[in-house]
Amino acid sequence: MARPGAGRPATVPGEPVVALRGINKIFANGTVALKDLDLAIGSGQFVSLLGPSGCGKSTALRLIAGLGEPSTGKLQWAGGAGRPGDVGFVFQEPTLMPWATVFDNVWLPLRLRGRGRREVQGEVMEALSMVGLQDFGGSYPRELSGGMKMRVSIARALVTRPRLLLMDEPFAALDEITRFKLNNDLLRLWEGQGWTVVFVTHSVYESVYLSNRIVVMAARPGRVVGDLAVDAPYPRDESFRTSPTYNEFCRLASAELHAAMGD
Amino acid sequence: MATDMPRETTSGAARRGMDPQQLERVVRIAAPLALTILALVAWEAMVRIKEIPPYILPGPLLVAESLVNDWGTLAPSLLVTLKITLMALAVAIVGGVGLAILFTASRWVELALFPFAVILQVTPIIAIAPLILIYVDSTYGALLICAWIVAFFPILSNTTLGLNSADHNLRNLFTLYGASRWQQLRYLRLPAAMPYFLGGLRIAGGLSLIGAIVAEFAAGTAGTGSGLAYRILEAGYRLNIPRMFAALVLISLTGIVIFLFFSLLSHLCLRRWHESAIRQEN
Repeated sequence: MARPGAGRPATVPGEPVVALRGINKIFANGTVALKDLDLAIGSGQFVSLLGPSGCGKSTALRLIAGLGEPSTGKLQWAGGAGRPGDVGFVFQEPTLMPWATVFDNVWLPLRLRGRGRREVQGEVMEALSMVGLQDFGGSYPRELSGGMKMRVSIARALVTRPRLLLMDEPFAALDEITRFKLNNDLLRLWEGQGWTVVFVTHSVYESVYLSNRIVVMAARPGRVVGDLAVDAPYPRDESFRTSPTYNEFCRLASAELHAAMGD
Repeated sequence: MATDMPRETTSGAARRGMDPQQLERVVRIAAPLALTILALVAWEAMVRIKEIPPYILPGPLLVAESLVNDWGTLAPSLLVTLKITLMALAVAIVGGVGLAILFTASRWVELALFPFAVILQVTPIIAIAPLILIYVDSTYGALLICAWIVAFFPILSNTTLGLNSADHNLRNLFTLYGASRWQQLRYLRLPAAMPYFLGGLRIAGGLSLIGAIVAEFAAGTAGTGSGLAYRILEAGYRLNIPRMFAALVLISLTGIVIFLFFSLLSHLCLRRWHESAIRQEN
């Protein structure tokens, strides 16, 4: 579904896509990764989980994805059903199969559902054009730059047309220019598609630029310490990066983060 | 977008790099060839100058002559040795890969069986070969078992390592999309294991030849075997040293061909994606 980008409310109220209720996660070595986590992800939101390393933001994301179970507490999905099949996940590394072409890498999620190469041609090409790689289907991952590999990874997450997109510091390993470019592309896609995004990052600037809601987390034990609405309108572009509003939100988010870290 | 990013493989640099590359290719073939010819000439010269009798050390020309004259005897023996080597290798591949898959499927099976695989590997084949020759009725079958024991382990251990070396995040991704164990194996673990398997295959190819020859030696002239090792033994007893050398040359050549074949296979399978097969320009 297409939405008008300009003038839409920054935070979309609505039924949560997923809610984490009283989640505790304790690892086998006794580390408390998450303590009493309560978090509802509203439909259509772009939520950043912001915090220092060790604050459990990735752990929370992996719990939502179903990679691991909470020690106590539960996840509630929209409509009272289980986890929907169409959840996209993007790792910090591109995590591509080096032996497979770009096309085959993007085909993978559909292939695992028993869909043949011919049948998915259109869907794979559509996902590739979303990230601007329609001409690179036959390339191998090693022939691509870091930014392009990340795009393939995003295309793979998009090919199942997920309603919920989970991203675990996807651009952390990229240079700044590439990161800004991918930030803009991601925003453009999000504005057009009406997904819900949960985006893990340790960058204040990235979280303010992208999201309409920032959940600030602290470490030892991993917990939520702040929940900040970024009420700046979309579409956002490079001029937003230099605007006073942006600076103000960065200051707010930084203050929460520093308070959380105890300095 | 994206098209403005560099594509590293095809560029003008590759063109400029052609000449040194061609030179390297020529040197790669010419250098060992020249050295071989030099060594053969020196060998022949030494035999002639010092007048060494052929039953002590035949010159390369005499060995070549014997290779041609005795071809009628040597060729069938070569065929026998080749057959044992290749069959043992084939069984080692099937058994090694099969067992490796079983190991990754079940930790219990691995814990129970791996010690036996190690015992088989560390016990020198020459020491067990006589026993196998006693217990197995057909000499041919016994030789096959010996060659198999030697060739089996590198394939098993390499493939096991390879199957377990698939990237953890990729495994998570497969879990995320609800992949079955078969799909994990087919689309993730087997391709990830390919480079390791091919490395094991290169070792196993040479080893299965060694296993076949060693076992034949153990079987000795008492055996009904008529492979190349038997020819060497036989020639030794008859002091037909040129023929001994000729058989030796055939064994070496077989080993070289096997090695080259698997190197080529490995290169063809991996050239598009694996670091080992890719030439990086700096």
